[in-house]
Amino acid sequence: MSKKNQKLMTPDILRQAVIGSFVKLNPLYMIKNPVMFVVEVGCAITLLLSLFPGLFGDLSQGTNLRVYNSIVCVVLFITVLFANFAESVAEGRGKAQAASLKKTQKDTQARLIAADGSERTVLSSELKKGDVVMVYAGEIIPGDGEVIEGIASVDESAITGESAPVVRESGGDFCSVTGGTTVVSDWLKIQITSEPGNSFLDRMIALVEGASRKKTPNEIALNTLLVSLTIIFLIVIVTLYPIGLYTGVQLQTSTLIALTVCLIPTTIGGLLSAIGIAGMDRVTRFNVIAMSGKAVEACGDVDTMILDKTGTITFGNRLASDFLPVGGTNRSDLIRCAALTSLRDDTPEGKSTLDLARRLGDTSEEVPGAVYIEFTAQTRMSGVDLPDGRKIRKGAAEAIAQYVKRLGGSIPKDLQTQVDTVSSLGGTPLTVCENNRILGVIYLKDTVKPGMVERFARLRAMGIKTIMCTGDNPLTAATIAKEAGVDGFIAECKPEDKIDVIKKEQAAGKIVAMTGDGTNDAPALAQANVGLAMNSGTTAAKEAANMVDLDSDPTKILEVVEIGKQLLITRGSLTTFSIANDIAKYFAIIPAMFQTAIPQLQVLNLMGLATPNSAILSALIFNAIIIPCLIPLAMKGVKYRPMSSGKLLARNMLIFGVGGVITPFIGIKLIDMLINPMLALVL
Amino acid sequence: MFQIILTLLIYMALVIPLGVYLYHIAAGKHTFADPLLDRVDGCLYKICGVRPQREMDWKEYVVALIGTNAVMIFLGYLILRIQSISLFNPNGIGGMEASLSFNTIISFMTNTNLQHYSGESGLSYLSQMVVITFMMFVSAASGYAACIAFIRGLAGKSKASVGNFYSDLIRIITRVLLPLSVIGGLLLVWQGVPQNLSGNIVVDTLEGAKQVIASGPVAALEIIKHLGTNGGGFLGANSSTPIENPTMLSNLIELYSMMLLPGACVITFGRMVGERKAERVNGQKNHKSVFGREGRSIFAAMSILFVIGLGVCFWAESQGNPALAEVGLSQSMGSMEGKEVRFGVAQSALFTTTTTSFTTGTVNNMHDTLTPLGGMIPMLHMMLNVVFGGKGVGLMNMIMYAILAVFICGLMIGRTPEYLGKKIEGREMKLTALAIIIHPLLILAFSALAVAVPDGQAGITNPGFHGLSQVLYEFASSAANNGSGFEGLADNSLFWNVTTGLVMFFGRYLPIILQLAIAGSLMKKGFVNESSGTLHTDTVSFAVILVFVVYIFAALTFFPVLALGPVAEHLTLWA
Repeated sequence: MSKKNQKLMTPDILRQAVIGSFVKLNPLYMIKNPVMFVVEVGCAITLLLSLFPGLFGDLSQGTNLRVYNSIVCVVLFITVLFANFAESVAEGRGKAQAASLKKTQKDTQARLIAADGSERTVLSSELKKGDVVMVYAGEIIPGDGEVIEGIASVDESAITGESAPVVRESGGDFCSVTGGTTVVSDWLKIQITSEPGNSFLDRMIALVEGASRKKTPNEIALNTLLVSLTIIFLIVIVTLYPIGLYTGVQLQTSTLIALTVCLIPTTIGGLLSAIGIAGMDRVTRFNVIAMSGKAVEACGDVDTMILDKTGTITFGNRLASDFLPVGGTNRSDLIRCAALTSLRDDTPEGKSTLDLARRLGDTSEEVPGAVYIEFTAQTRMSGVDLPDGRKIRKGAAEAIAQYVKRLGGSIPKDLQTQVDTVSSLGGTPLTVCENNRILGVIYLKDTVKPGMVERFARLRAMGIKTIMCTGDNPLTAATIAKEAGVDGFIAECKPEDKIDVIKKEQAAGKIVAMTGDGTNDAPALAQANVGLAMNSGTTAAKEAANMVDLDSDPTKILEVVEIGKQLLITRGSLTTFSIANDIAKYFAIIPAMFQTAIPQLQVLNLMGLATPNSAILSALIFNAIIIPCLIPLAMKGVKYRPMSSGKLLARNMLIFGVGGVITPFIGIKLIDMLINPMLALVL
Repeated sequence: MFQIILTLLIYMALVIPLGVYLYHIAAGKHTFADPLLDRVDGCLYKICGVRPQREMDWKEYVVALIGTNAVMIFLGYLILRIQSISLFNPNGIGGMEASLSFNTIISFMTNTNLQHYSGESGLSYLSQMVVITFMMFVSAASGYAACIAFIRGLAGKSKASVGNFYSDLIRIITRVLLPLSVIGGLLLVWQGVPQNLSGNIVVDTLEGAKQVIASGPVAALEIIKHLGTNGGGFLGANSSTPIENPTMLSNLIELYSMMLLPGACVITFGRMVGERKAERVNGQKNHKSVFGREGRSIFAAMSILFVIGLGVCFWAESQGNPALAEVGLSQSMGSMEGKEVRFGVAQSALFTTTTTSFTTGTVNNMHDTLTPLGGMIPMLHMMLNVVFGGKGVGLMNMIMYAILAVFICGLMIGRTPEYLGKKIEGREMKLTALAIIIHPLLILAFSALAVAVPDGQAGITNPGFHGLSQVLYEFASSAANNGSGFEGLADNSLFWNVTTGLVMFFGRYLPIILQLAIAGSLMKKGFVNESSGTLHTDTVSFAVILVFVVYIFAALTFFPVLALGPVAEHLTLWA
């Protein structure tokens, strides 16, 4: 899904959005957005005034009032359309995604297994929770469920966009399957876990369509601010009429409406819901399904992140990181022998041993006639028998020790020390022997994924604390924690320890995020403020989390947090921009309104706008076109770079606060220069 | 210029120790005067049947505050109506008319002290003492009590209790207002302010005319008038007369007494919030910062606003009046019309800016004759109502803007907004928005009404732009509970008495209720974590942002009417 439509707008979305912006003109719909509703009411009044210019006793004062009112009306109409368009575009992108998801939701046939073991074909929509179905290679899995028998590879590209099939088997953490995915090989017996119409796919479609979108707490609070600003300006405008009259100025109704619309925060009012939808959409594009907008918002507030070591911070595979000779052996001998045993070894341990040996200057080549012995669970060692009779083995310390003893060799005194050192550092020792002589130890280490150190540094810059959870002993955990640069760790961690940590952090007022996939993780995922479950994980984990990562990449939580922050920053920045714009609009409209009666106020006409009418209309037009100009920003979000809060604030204040003051001065002046000659002809 | 800077420096030296003392009172900590005052308070508690330990939640606190004020309004109204009795009435003053009594009693109970009467001819000494002076104490103490309760809510030591109103009221009067009044009052008497119960003295002047020299218990009223940011003069001409404000020194005493407590309030706030934070972080008390870090940024923001206003006012007054210059009057001293020679432009501008910033309302020059821009500053500062502001309430208003500022700034750093360790959500935003809307609504709606109806227009003595300024000033002064008059407005009429009375009433109690509701809602919330990623509100940059937020919101609201009033007048005058 993420790879399919990265473009901001396709012709199809555009067409839908244009239709949508007219449909949304319905006042019953508009009233949900009070700021734009005021504009719509203003538009209606000016429409009346275009038909009957003298309705409210306005005097012409040298202008063609009918034409003037009509122009105001048209600009207001366009303003409302632009705001609706922004919302429609944001929704349109979600709808396009939903449509592609729906294609996978076609009704399929399912082989229902009855209690007596008989098989019968039913429609997938008739399946109920608890039903057991059989799916063979090439068939589509009819609903969400858990594998109770069998092992098979499943193509989940319909959901995740990832084309490589994944293995699903009964028991363990890889038993959950999603409806709409295809079994590629073998067969699976599945117990359905969702009621019809409430499957994961159903919910996902509803989410990306925006059907289940509720206003988030922060949106509600911001909306309150915008509404109260609107009320304040309505008070200002309504009282300005009698006050103006007293000082000898009769203000025209349409001018007052124009001033109102310019002053109320239409820019943010028009873009607010688009920003919210686009924020959710960005998360979806990232192949993460957020169960609510609230969850995305909470991401921005995350203070503590709880991460599993294996799979998230480290590869989980043990890779060679050093050669430690024992019993006076030459280190290069150890390296050479270790390399020889690994030439045909495809395990991560073998490959990394060879890599490390090559890096250390070893050039051993395969000897013709050598016999390679593969690792088995019984022998717990692998190796090579060379044609010259040398038998080289590497493997678990005890296995090699027994092997050497059997051949009549002795154990060097310092072997145990080296083995212990490696173990205490959290590594796995792999002993190497040549015939009955033990050469030394390969130090296998859990390796931190590349780039993680920088990521944790970035998180620290954002003020987020990271805690690593691992089943390792404290010493091992400390080593990895130090290497990765996490702020804290919990060693020998049990699932209930995770909940305790989350509760402790939350008691200190912190917002906690965590990732998890196992059923064991479900309670912790539910307890955390932001729980990101892996799609490969169990149904229980996915149910408990408020986000699901379709790619099952636990490191993604870091990006999701940034998206959450970006969403809030975009909201705040456009609000600031919108309010800062008012200063320039005042300097355009106030002198224009009072110019005829109080010529001295012309001093305030800083922009040197040509005529009062042109000044008012320029401000109004600027107010309208700034909305579509900012749609791309609302969709993409303000760029976020991790830095301290003070720097971030200063930067955004400079761009959107100061920029918001200056931009309209330039914009209004340009529009004035453009429209004044035209207005001279019609007014 | 130099005297203004020196005056402000001395102020800084005085406000800090007083702030620390106030903090001790507010937080119920030990002070040097406890052995004596504990007994006094105990005695009062017994007489009034107050149980000081009984904790109140914010609703009970509001009910206690408004209930107490209501009883006092009723009693005060009665006394004003029957003041003609011969008790303490050597000048034979008659009873006060109903609408004027209504206006006067609301005015004094709400700490406004808007006077539609002249003290020397309108009030008996009994009213001056029992109504005016008494209310000056309790209205100031009420505002301060509300503020302490508000701070307790923000500091969030308790989840429900904001303290006991009665005990706060009594402690503030006995430990702060009374002792300071006694000291300040004696200082004023030393400077020549009368304090007696004799009738007015009638003397023959050298020119052979008769002159009435006012007398009475002036000093006692004078000091609490400033300390409590009340502002209602004993005499009509307020602190510009030598009776109330005879010398440069008495001018300074009055100036400081109105500036000290509102400034000290911010320090109290910083200390109380800072103490809570330190306890949370280190588990111990931390007294390193004099202001408390959060108080410091608020104090800085208020100071910036104050200094900018003062600068503009002083500059405008120094420019003189071009119309007078044209007829040949030297304007080298600046615009001296309506100013006392003993104070000059500098002390007048300072006093004018201070009285409106700290919403006292006392005047040592006539604001009506300030230059248009010089007169716009006092008007603007009352419209802002956050430049230190009246006792306690100024701080509470400023916190409303701080909440607004953190809301926008918090989003801009990518977090949902929080202030003082609490999340600002829908409910707080709603209450904050309401508290902010009330002020412009009262000023603009009533101004529009006044210029639209004949009864209102009748009071305007100087039609045109200046007339509009008179009207705006009157309602701004009422809504901000300031009480200074632009004068020149014939305001003792049914229309003006009733409208300003209503504005004062709503301007006082509605914000207090809403603000305490915010405190009540915030204190229930858990503290959120603070890290390098959270918004810091104890920085200079936050203070600057706060200043901008205040200016932008006020400018956006009042710019059109200011453009039609003072700005148009200025441009016409200097055209």
